[in-house]
Amino acid sequence: MSTPVSTPSRAPRSTPAPWRPVLGSWLTAYRRTWRGSLFGRFLSPLMFLLSIGLGLGSLVDTSAGGVGGVPYLQYVVPGILAAQAMWVAMGESTYPVMGAIRWNAKYHAMLATPVGINDILIGHLLYVALQITGATAIFLAVAALFGSFSSWWAVLALPITVLTGMAFAVPVFAFSAKQETDSGFNILFRFIMTPLFLFSGVFFPVDQLPALLRPVAWLTPLWHGVEANRSLALGSPDLVGVAGNTAYQLVVIAVGLWLARRAFTKRLVV
Amino acid sequence: MTDSDPDLLLHATGLTKTFGDFTAVDGIDFAVERGESFGFLGPNGAGKSSTMKMVGCVSPATGGRLRVFGLDPATDGPAIRARLGVVPQKDTLDEELTVEENLWIYGRYFGLSRSEVRSRTRELLSFAQLTDRAATRVEPLSGGMKRRLTIARSLISRPEILLLDEPTTGLDPQARHVLWDRLFRLKRSGVTLVLTTHYMDEAEQLCDRLVVMDHGKIVAQGSPRSLIGEYSTREVLELRFDTDDHAQHASAIVGIGERIEVLPDRLLVYAEDGDAAAAEVHRRGVRPMSSLVRRSTLEDVFLHLTGRTLID
Repeated sequence: MSTPVSTPSRAPRSTPAPWRPVLGSWLTAYRRTWRGSLFGRFLSPLMFLLSIGLGLGSLVDTSAGGVGGVPYLQYVVPGILAAQAMWVAMGESTYPVMGAIRWNAKYHAMLATPVGINDILIGHLLYVALQITGATAIFLAVAALFGSFSSWWAVLALPITVLTGMAFAVPVFAFSAKQETDSGFNILFRFIMTPLFLFSGVFFPVDQLPALLRPVAWLTPLWHGVEANRSLALGSPDLVGVAGNTAYQLVVIAVGLWLARRAFTKRLVV
Repeated sequence: MTDSDPDLLLHATGLTKTFGDFTAVDGIDFAVERGESFGFLGPNGAGKSSTMKMVGCVSPATGGRLRVFGLDPATDGPAIRARLGVVPQKDTLDEELTVEENLWIYGRYFGLSRSEVRSRTRELLSFAQLTDRAATRVEPLSGGMKRRLTIARSLISRPEILLLDEPTTGLDPQARHVLWDRLFRLKRSGVTLVLTTHYMDEAEQLCDRLVVMDHGKIVAQGSPRSLIGEYSTREVLELRFDTDDHAQHASAIVGIGERIEVLPDRLLVYAEDGDAAAAEVHRRGVRPMSSLVRRSTLEDVFLHLTGRTLID
């Protein structure tokens, strides 16, 4: 049989957007796991809606008349929506990034081709953004069926929530690229994500926190996501406030990109 | 030779790579022309892989000058990588995906269209003798199959140079021979091969020309035959004694052959005529446990140049 490379093509091929095959590669891998993942995407909002939204909600509504007059289900769902985006972002930007550097060397395989560090980052981050978009859309749909929203403004929570998720995913890409072992992820999950989940205004207004802790909540992208989502979902949004929350998340994403690019370069180009 | 010569594919002068205080590659010079099969031979840690990574434009040189296709890796990395095929030391296959999916994904990194990638995948799977595994997941495949898939993958862009970093390390003898056969076919079809190895037989089978590296430096270069001619004798007599210290037997055979090397487990007598040397040993009344005459190999060249064996 003949060898397949008898005529080397000399002209350098042009690859206009090498991030596209990077995204394509992650999507190809996703085709193996999408069924299980989709099931989880439906299950997670259902569990939250039933337990916190309806279960705890009926208690809050009967004993306190909701939160500031808003039924607890409608109060808490926009918050959980933002928090879920954070969790999805964490899942997609911790182990997969470390794996692509240390375990299966997926990034190294890409770097042996015309694909560069920026393409790897853009392609992978777009994949994460798609995951967050899918999870958020499903959550919104399920929550809407339960009557969690009183206004069509809630649709705008979709892009806001994707930004919220990316405000975690991008800096965590930088963090993950620096880790030698996965023990750093336990610290991240236990001592950063879990407290954020509990104290960023998802379940109760941050005004209830000790005055010292409130500014901490304001610094986190999650609080901004929760605020913006809630403002939209409740119908008469404070658009200036929402714009401010969005701007803050964009700044976090921009700084995260700079850090991630540095960390990736340091790790992969030696 | 100038950089504008289209057949001068690789050209390095004073190429250096340091990691902190450690100098992995210490100012080496080499040139590779189109159609050649060129090898870096040396023990682990000699600087072979670091050199390959610089040539592959994934690791920037610390010093010296390197041109690949006449281009500078520091500024033209993607353009150079578009024309290289890379077989890394450790397979970087996506084990969760199927054999053919691995090829499809990789071809897309080079900007090839889907239809082009699919037709090349068929050719390459046949070349790599993996056609019947096309739709199988990679993870359960044998080491030899994974290696052949990695080579097939590296060929999907029809590279002008194929870089192979220790292509058969860790494979059993049969899998190595299958792989050598495939590489030999590529070489015959005109692909420029650049490989690193610490196996003598591999270098002798595949390389037209090679450099011997040790501690980041090139200590000798030439064709396998010319290196053996220059640094060794035609034949080698290997003597083993029933002892813990072979050095004590060396004095008894002094003067036989051109040179004697003492290894922990044997004595090597370098001679043009190995059988004559063995007869002389016997005539002197020396009775080794075993004696063997063989042809000189690159291992002997390396031993002579560095005083050490390649694989410790």
